[in-house]
Amino acid sequence: MSLLEIIILLPLLAALAIWLGTPARITSVSAAVLNLLTILGLVFQFPSASTGKAGFAFESARVVLDDPAISFGVGADGVALILALLTALVTLAAVWQISSDKPAIYHIASLLIAGGALGAFLCTDVFFIYAFHELALIPTFLMIGLYGHGDSEHRKAVAWKTTIYLGAGSLVLLAGLVWLVLEFSGGQKLTFDLNALRAQAALTPLPVEKQGVIFFILLLGFGTLVSLFPLHSWAAPAYATAPTPIAMLHSGVLKKFGLYGLLRIALPLLPQGAQVAWVQQALLLMLLGNILVMGLVTIHQRRLDSLLANSSVMHMGYIFLGLAAGTEIALRGAVLLMFAHGISIALLFALAGRMRNQLGTLELTKLGGLGTHAPIFTVIFAFGAFASIGLPGLANFAGEIMIFIGSFTQFGSTSFGPLQWTVVCALWGVVISAVYMLRAYRNIFQGSATAGHFMNDPALGQRLPLSLLAAALLIVGCCPWLLLGLMKTDLATAAIAKVSAQ
Amino acid sequence: MCVFTIEIGLTILGLLLLLAEVFVPAITHRTLAALSMSGVALALVALAFASTDAASLPAFIQPYQQLDSLAIFYKGFALVITLLVLWLTAECAPYLSKYTVEGRLSELFSLPLIVCVGMMWMAAARDLVTVFVTLELVTVSFYVLVAFARKSSLALEAGVKYLILGALSTGVLVYGIAWVYGATGALTFEGISAALANPATPKTPVLLGAALLLAGLGFKVAAAPFHIWVPDVYQGAPIPVTTFLSVGSKAAGFIVLTRVVDAFLVPHSIITAEVQSLLLVGGSLTVLLGSLPAMFQTSVKRLLAYSSISHAGYLLLALACRSSDRFDLSSGGIVAFYLATYLPMTVLSFLVLAILRVKGGGDDIKDFSGLARRSPLLALVMTLALASLAGLPLTAGFMGKLFVFLGLVDHAFWGALTCAVIAATVGFYYYFKTILIMYTGDSSSPVPLSLNLWSKAAAIALALTIVVLGVFPRPLQSLLATEAAHIAGH
Repeated sequence: MSLLEIIILLPLLAALAIWLGTPARITSVSAAVLNLLTILGLVFQFPSASTGKAGFAFESARVVLDDPAISFGVGADGVALILALLTALVTLAAVWQISSDKPAIYHIASLLIAGGALGAFLCTDVFFIYAFHELALIPTFLMIGLYGHGDSEHRKAVAWKTTIYLGAGSLVLLAGLVWLVLEFSGGQKLTFDLNALRAQAALTPLPVEKQGVIFFILLLGFGTLVSLFPLHSWAAPAYATAPTPIAMLHSGVLKKFGLYGLLRIALPLLPQGAQVAWVQQALLLMLLGNILVMGLVTIHQRRLDSLLANSSVMHMGYIFLGLAAGTEIALRGAVLLMFAHGISIALLFALAGRMRNQLGTLELTKLGGLGTHAPIFTVIFAFGAFASIGLPGLANFAGEIMIFIGSFTQFGSTSFGPLQWTVVCALWGVVISAVYMLRAYRNIFQGSATAGHFMNDPALGQRLPLSLLAAALLIVGCCPWLLLGLMKTDLATAAIAKVSAQ
Repeated sequence: MCVFTIEIGLTILGLLLLLAEVFVPAITHRTLAALSMSGVALALVALAFASTDAASLPAFIQPYQQLDSLAIFYKGFALVITLLVLWLTAECAPYLSKYTVEGRLSELFSLPLIVCVGMMWMAAARDLVTVFVTLELVTVSFYVLVAFARKSSLALEAGVKYLILGALSTGVLVYGIAWVYGATGALTFEGISAALANPATPKTPVLLGAALLLAGLGFKVAAAPFHIWVPDVYQGAPIPVTTFLSVGSKAAGFIVLTRVVDAFLVPHSIITAEVQSLLLVGGSLTVLLGSLPAMFQTSVKRLLAYSSISHAGYLLLALACRSSDRFDLSSGGIVAFYLATYLPMTVLSFLVLAILRVKGGGDDIKDFSGLARRSPLLALVMTLALASLAGLPLTAGFMGKLFVFLGLVDHAFWGALTCAVIAATVGFYYYFKTILIMYTGDSSSPVPLSLNLWSKAAAIALALTIVVLGVFPRPLQSLLATEAAHIAGH
């Protein structure tokens, strides 16, 4: 078995073991630690393993079906490794912070989501990419319906809404993927192997207009999963309602699957798809909806959990901007921001979950003065909040600035087109984030504590996973090349194809 | 040893068991179950080692039996489902005996053997007369089985409905066979294909015959608009018999449909377009009329009945897709593949129903409420079975649907594809509604369910089969692909 297969299967096997009765906490934490270490090992090996290869490293495949050709193929390029690293980090933090009075199903569901996400990121076969994502969605729905916050009517309604939105998005996505498979299988046999599809796409690209149509279908499918405006309305209630580890894993990791899919499947196979005028303009309008409309909606929130949930929807707009621009710098920035946003939002949801447990409320107006009671908690929160605003020195800044620069100077363009206008408008999003985050920070940590709402600093054991995420933000923020260096040739193919198309 | 001896052996065993209670009144149903199950298990082993060479058949059987690998596959399929049904019957025996005269159950252990013989013989049929005789053998045995729980009024109602509609459909079937024979002058499938490839054959009578034939068979497989009997009969019949109807009887109908449609859609057939549109319209109607009412069911048994209708629809749509260059599998192969994935998930869901019933519950959706707390294992395997019925990736059900959908796309049957997608989406709703209730609902009784070792083992084995077929379907496909090559050869 290759290491990547073990990485995917380990959380799933750990979930099975917990279901069979092993101690939940020890099993899940040790599986998460083991996975994190293995992935870190692969990250260090990656430069030597990938030399001389254009596509994936650590590849292996097991044929599952001959015709149509489906194989359980795994492989990692820089992007996949970065997202696997993100998954491992967030999983560790998520299962670590589950308090011991919660039932074992919290651990099982978290591990299933982690395993599904890792499978979706590390597989090289469209069938398994899709299947693993579906596998991760089911525990999400169940956990929202079962253990979500609020009364049972509310959480059932939210669970159904999420299920229907994501189910419909997945079906649209499936239609787009099947279309791709039919177009690019070449020869007689249908194949779901991404490498074969890519090779065929490079050999016989589709007419530009057709690329635009398929790209748009994929955009709608993947976009629903990433809460692209106006298909976003499931996301905020789902995250605000979901149990903490589920909110962390879905908003931090699983939601990135849609973006990853666009980057991994849609852009290489349909390099000109995103540049067809009507597709691009539609995408730019939608992402501006994310940044500006959702930004204003976020300002209006009065509860910390729904504020975070809406801000998470808003920040997806930047990443879409990077994908819409399609330049090398913007795409790399998008990947970096995917990582950074995943870490920062997971950190913030973990902290909010802790506050909910200790204070019993997340109403911003009822909070205040926590800074004096819980100084360490405040510092860690500040890391998450400032990262999510985009403060230089923290990881999100590097991603955002690369996206803005890469989009504004798309292919050395000197004219001031729709893309440039979008960048100008999107920059205001940074101001909006600053407004709501700083206001929330002031409300919660400064001033004086309202009667009855006190909390202590987390114990040392609980600080560890939180500090791990905060440290990741700081390290990547100061040394973004650690991650950027992993993406050598992966994105170039798509970007170059676009240049030649201009 | 040749294959036909298995059928003969099983017939003798079935007849002996039927008489057993007369001569040995003290015989318990445990003994009967052990005898019949070991007979079927033995037959399964014998089938694995039997010679599959058609030339090994005696000369007097050769005109009626062909031994292609599709036939062997369905013979094995019949034995496996019979074995499972017999085991399920043994599990349900304590509660079933409350509804029978003097608690006697011997026919429940002997008639499935007769049904099995009928299905096995049918799988290898070469002509419509053999098909008709074996189909009647199966159906008549089912008349008895459906109404077996005589003291229950639901069972009697089911029996009467099945009897009347079954007899009617038999009439339609015979009428269709007569028209086809009259128009083509042939009763063998080869003869009919040859006649249909000849443009001089009169089209209208043959078309009438084909439509009547398809209608008659449509009843057997629960295809719309001949599906009205299904929910009532499934609900009234004892659970093992419902399982047998849902899997065995459906498989029997589809093996015949495969042969018949193969003959009708021979290259250059004069009725290709018409038969294809009949199948497409029928299939689209069936998936929709199966899925949409399923949303509103409050009995899980009825829900599974509607789900069974909708699965028949997907199978009909698969039949409409003739084999093309793009697939290893012919449409017959896809149908066989789909049925092989359909078997474990259906049997598993009925097994869970049966266990709940034996433990004193009912089949209402309320009885599933909070099941996860009473028995995590049962809830988990039921989740797997329902997810597979819904066609979730990484389960067996997805693979079957994948082939059907790819076939429809490949032939550009967009209307049928739309119906199938709508039905699948609706399916997600009602299957997941049931799953959600198992986990989130309040339990009707807080008593934990304890399962015996056999039930646990069977549930886990079936659940594993679902996962293995969903993740690694290659062996099954290659088994069926050789069959496709074989069919293409002759």
